[in-house]
Amino acid sequence: MSSFTKAFSSTLGKKLIMGLTGLFLSLFLIVHLIGNLQLFKDDAGKAFNEYSYFMTHFLPIKIISYLLYASIVLHAVYALVITIHNKKARPVSYASYNGAANSTWSSRNMGILGTILLIFIVIHMGNFWFKYHWGGLPYTQYEMSLSNPSDVKVTNLPISGEPLIHAEYVNTQTGREVLVAKDLYQVVVFSFSSLWYVVLYVISMIAMGFHLYHGFQSGFQSLGFDHTKYKPAINWLGTWLFGIIIPAAFAAIPIYIYITTLNQ
Amino acid sequence: MILDSKIPDGPLAEKWSKHKFNLKLVNPANKRKYTVIVVGTGLAGAAAAASLAELGYNVKAFCFQDSPRRAHSIAAQGGINAAKNYRNDGDSVYRLFYDTIKGGDYRAREANVHRLAEVSVNIIDQCVAQGVPFAREYGGLLDNRSFGGAQVSRTFYARGQTGQQLLLGAYSALNRQIYEGKVKMYNRHEMLDLVKIDGEARGIVTRNLITGEIETHAGHAVLLCTGGYGNVFYLSTNAMGSNTTAIWRAHKKGALFGNPCFTQIHPTCIPVTGDHQSKLTLMSESLRNDGRVWVPKSREVAARIRKGELKASDVKEEDRDYFLERKYPSFGNLVPRDVASRNAKEAVDDERGVGGSGKAVYLDFADAIKRLGKAAVEAKYGNLFDMYYQITDEDPYTQPMRIYPAVHYTMGGLWVDYNLMTTIPGCYALGEANFSDHGANRLGASALMQGLADGYFVIPYTLGDYLATIGPKPIDDKHPAFAEAKKAVEDNVKKLLSLKGTKTVDEYHRELGNIMWEYCGMARSAEGLTKAKGLIAELKEDFWKNARVMGINEELNMSLEKAGRVADFIELGALMVEDALQRAESCGGHFRVESQTEEGEALRNDDEFAYVAAWEYTGDNQPENLHKENLVYENVKLTQRSYK
Amino acid sequence: MNLTLKVWRQRNASDKGGFVTYKADGISPDMSFLEMLDVVNEGLVKKGEDPIHFDHDCREGICGMCSLYINGRPHGPKRAITTCQLHMRSFSDGETITIEPWRATAFPVIKDLAVDRSAFDRIQQAGGYISVNTGGVPDANEIPVPKPIADEAFNSATCIQCGACVAACKNASAMLFVSAKISQLALLPQGQPERYRRVQSMVAQMDAEGFGGCTNTGACEIECPKEISMTNINRMRRDYFTAKFFKEEEIR
Repeated sequence: MSSFTKAFSSTLGKKLIMGLTGLFLSLFLIVHLIGNLQLFKDDAGKAFNEYSYFMTHFLPIKIISYLLYASIVLHAVYALVITIHNKKARPVSYASYNGAANSTWSSRNMGILGTILLIFIVIHMGNFWFKYHWGGLPYTQYEMSLSNPSDVKVTNLPISGEPLIHAEYVNTQTGREVLVAKDLYQVVVFSFSSLWYVVLYVISMIAMGFHLYHGFQSGFQSLGFDHTKYKPAINWLGTWLFGIIIPAAFAAIPIYIYITTLNQ
Repeated sequence: MILDSKIPDGPLAEKWSKHKFNLKLVNPANKRKYTVIVVGTGLAGAAAAASLAELGYNVKAFCFQDSPRRAHSIAAQGGINAAKNYRNDGDSVYRLFYDTIKGGDYRAREANVHRLAEVSVNIIDQCVAQGVPFAREYGGLLDNRSFGGAQVSRTFYARGQTGQQLLLGAYSALNRQIYEGKVKMYNRHEMLDLVKIDGEARGIVTRNLITGEIETHAGHAVLLCTGGYGNVFYLSTNAMGSNTTAIWRAHKKGALFGNPCFTQIHPTCIPVTGDHQSKLTLMSESLRNDGRVWVPKSREVAARIRKGELKASDVKEEDRDYFLERKYPSFGNLVPRDVASRNAKEAVDDERGVGGSGKAVYLDFADAIKRLGKAAVEAKYGNLFDMYYQITDEDPYTQPMRIYPAVHYTMGGLWVDYNLMTTIPGCYALGEANFSDHGANRLGASALMQGLADGYFVIPYTLGDYLATIGPKPIDDKHPAFAEAKKAVEDNVKKLLSLKGTKTVDEYHRELGNIMWEYCGMARSAEGLTKAKGLIAELKEDFWKNARVMGINEELNMSLEKAGRVADFIELGALMVEDALQRAESCGGHFRVESQTEEGEALRNDDEFAYVAAWEYTGDNQPENLHKENLVYENVKLTQRSYK
Repeated sequence: MNLTLKVWRQRNASDKGGFVTYKADGISPDMSFLEMLDVVNEGLVKKGEDPIHFDHDCREGICGMCSLYINGRPHGPKRAITTCQLHMRSFSDGETITIEPWRATAFPVIKDLAVDRSAFDRIQQAGGYISVNTGGVPDANEIPVPKPIADEAFNSATCIQCGACVAACKNASAMLFVSAKISQLALLPQGQPERYRRVQSMVAQMDAEGFGGCTNTGACEIECPKEISMTNINRMRRDYFTAKFFKEEEIR
């Protein structure tokens, strides 16, 4: 075995992979959230659809996205491998066990939390990512006045007929900038108008909060990063940003959309 | 039998170097043809096993614990002395030698003690190279403190756990040799007999404590590094498993036992709380640097404290008797261990003791807290105060500590010559298991020094001389002596297991402890010792009739283990009493009430007792023969110790 | 105090074992936990029953032999102490106390509450030392060690090898122990020549013994009787990754 295979098959190496993929996924959440915040814009989904297009067509981002998918798979597979290994290390469990006395709940339940998140990711990607790529989404045309940015004309293009493509141009006749884009926004709004879907998202985001509350700082430790001067900052970020703010912001989107669709 | 101490000729300071040159060497290519058995893996045993394996010998090492690192050397707190003179305060090899001889009340060999002082400096170097994290100063160099009333700062320490750190160093060296295959380690094995062929030690019989298997092991020499026998008192600061069995069985096979009655009783231990007590906890001697020892002046006040009607802090200053400061104005609370212990006992005997049982005196930090502030006291003694609080549930910051002396160390042990060989050729005793370096009283921070000196720097030289003499011929493990010894051990185990009486082994141990503490403890008299002789004889007889031992041999059986150890303690107890009786003088920790100065201090009788008492076993229930090795002092002048 | 004890009894390694309930009556709050068991055992012997086997030796919290899992926690409910330093005043009258052995594949039960911790010895034999022979070493003060480094090395060195970290960890991971041993030598200048070899061989042995991996729950450092910190584990990780990914020397 080479030094690398030895390293990655050791208990430390396996967790190194968990840490690296986990932190990478955490970082992605920030980007994902910034994009999702476009949904709060009252622009019939224009910004969000533009963002969706950018994310799926800009080459560096595309490469990163494949890394991301690989990370999800690696993170899940290694989680399983590690869990099986760790269960084997204690075949007879304690009759009385007081884990709460020495560790946080989330640190002891990363497997369950992670499983919830994995199920969520499968549903989430099936619903949006898969549909966006292969689901035959409708296109929407946005015509923006060059002189008055708040003057936007939105036309849902018919699905039947010739296949449409993404386009951005300026129509000199109407004096408007035209954007023809796959309308993921519509799918999002449609999904989040159903209550059970919103509930699923909120629960998943709570699970993510707990997962990251332990996972973010744990990821640094798995890398061996531990410094008295920076540890408080990492713990703060892990708790507030990744444990509370990001999951809360993500959860706010379906709730917001659900409430707005209720009024229509 | 003539005891030949084999002390080399020549000036004191040159004896060891000259001797080292005169010792025979084993050819490097021949070393791997020898097997050395090391019993016990404390400081002496682990150091010896590792050092001998490094030289190329094959070593078989044994310990009864589940890991060599748990040997009781681990519990030493204070520190280790070395004549490094890093402080520029006038320390030297000679001064360490002199202090040790004087501290031992002139009952130790000059040559041995000087060698100890010489190699002390190498020990520190060795331990630092192994990665022992000694306390350091900001400049990065080693820190020292003064300890046990020494006039110089020569004690190296690693917070309150010097013993553990030194043992881990020796253990790591041992581990390295185990990994190299030079040491075969046997954990959870107890030595139950010594095997002799043609009068020389050639192996041991052990019991595998997990399977019960009785095994024999052959070797060219046997090193007994099994520690002290303080547990003969039942309550002591020793570990529960510390026992005399290995050296006692060697004694019964012909090794003479030196000064068995020399016991050190440490003044600052946490007092006994009840019959359930299984051991006593020592608190570092350093507490006496700032704590003041006192009891109430009157019995009435003491009685009220015992009943719980009065708290220590409510006793008025004029009602307190700071007896050490009163009696020893120049040394005050810092008198040597034996003196401090004896005075505490006097106060308790005078019915001025405190605590529920009345068997305690106060160690008061109120003045120190007033003078230095609570924070400073906490910085110095915080961990000790916590330990005291854990055990007693009393806060020593607000109420004085209660302390009482407890058995701590046994200066006696197997008699050895200058080469550390017992009277059985090929059988050696190292560390606390031998009698050699501390005389009648050991100084603080000297036990660790001796264990490591013997293991690292003495035995690797002296053992070679013996091995070179006998030659590398393999030991015949089919020799009938092995089968005979094994059979004897098996018979003894059977005999113990057949005991189905009514009393537990622990009850016998407690009773023995009470007898020893009462009559062979801090103060001894001819009358009491004679009485103890009878009591122990009765106890022994009763043990073999009424003890109850559970289980079978072929299992992990602590009832059987204990029974064997207690049976040996009972026999050893009888010898200690015998020894204390013959030594009709007071010296160091041995205080005969018949021999004291007008002020009640220990009074030596150098004309009659400047010798080592070495006892020869003659048979079951037979009186042992006393041999005397006269102690010759060519360099120091014998004086009366005074701490006034 | 009167107590009910639920104690794990198992004759030997191959026996299945199970819980047996005992009454412990007339217990003094001043007793240590082990002294309470002594009293129960004396009663058992008097009744002709096999006493409960448990490991113990120094009874002052330094030898690391005692190893009881009490009411769901190694060394019982109090912080920074070993079982032998636990006193009965930490329990209340009438309480039921569950006592189990350490549970881990790498720590097989020998009898009742005693387990085999020789895996810890083997990990240290694999490299937990500085390879110096007796004699021929430099003067102790030749290499200065900055005090904070020496102090930190000492903190790591306080480990008493009791195995509470393994017992506490939900994964039965030995990393706190192993990393404390590695850290002590990795911090000191004397340990530098073998620093990267040591971490690799000790981690390899740790894995071979069948301990679980660390998932950073922190249970070990909370339950460690010597309060050894998880910083050690991270230090071990850094050294291990450095050794595996950046050092050119291969270990044997």
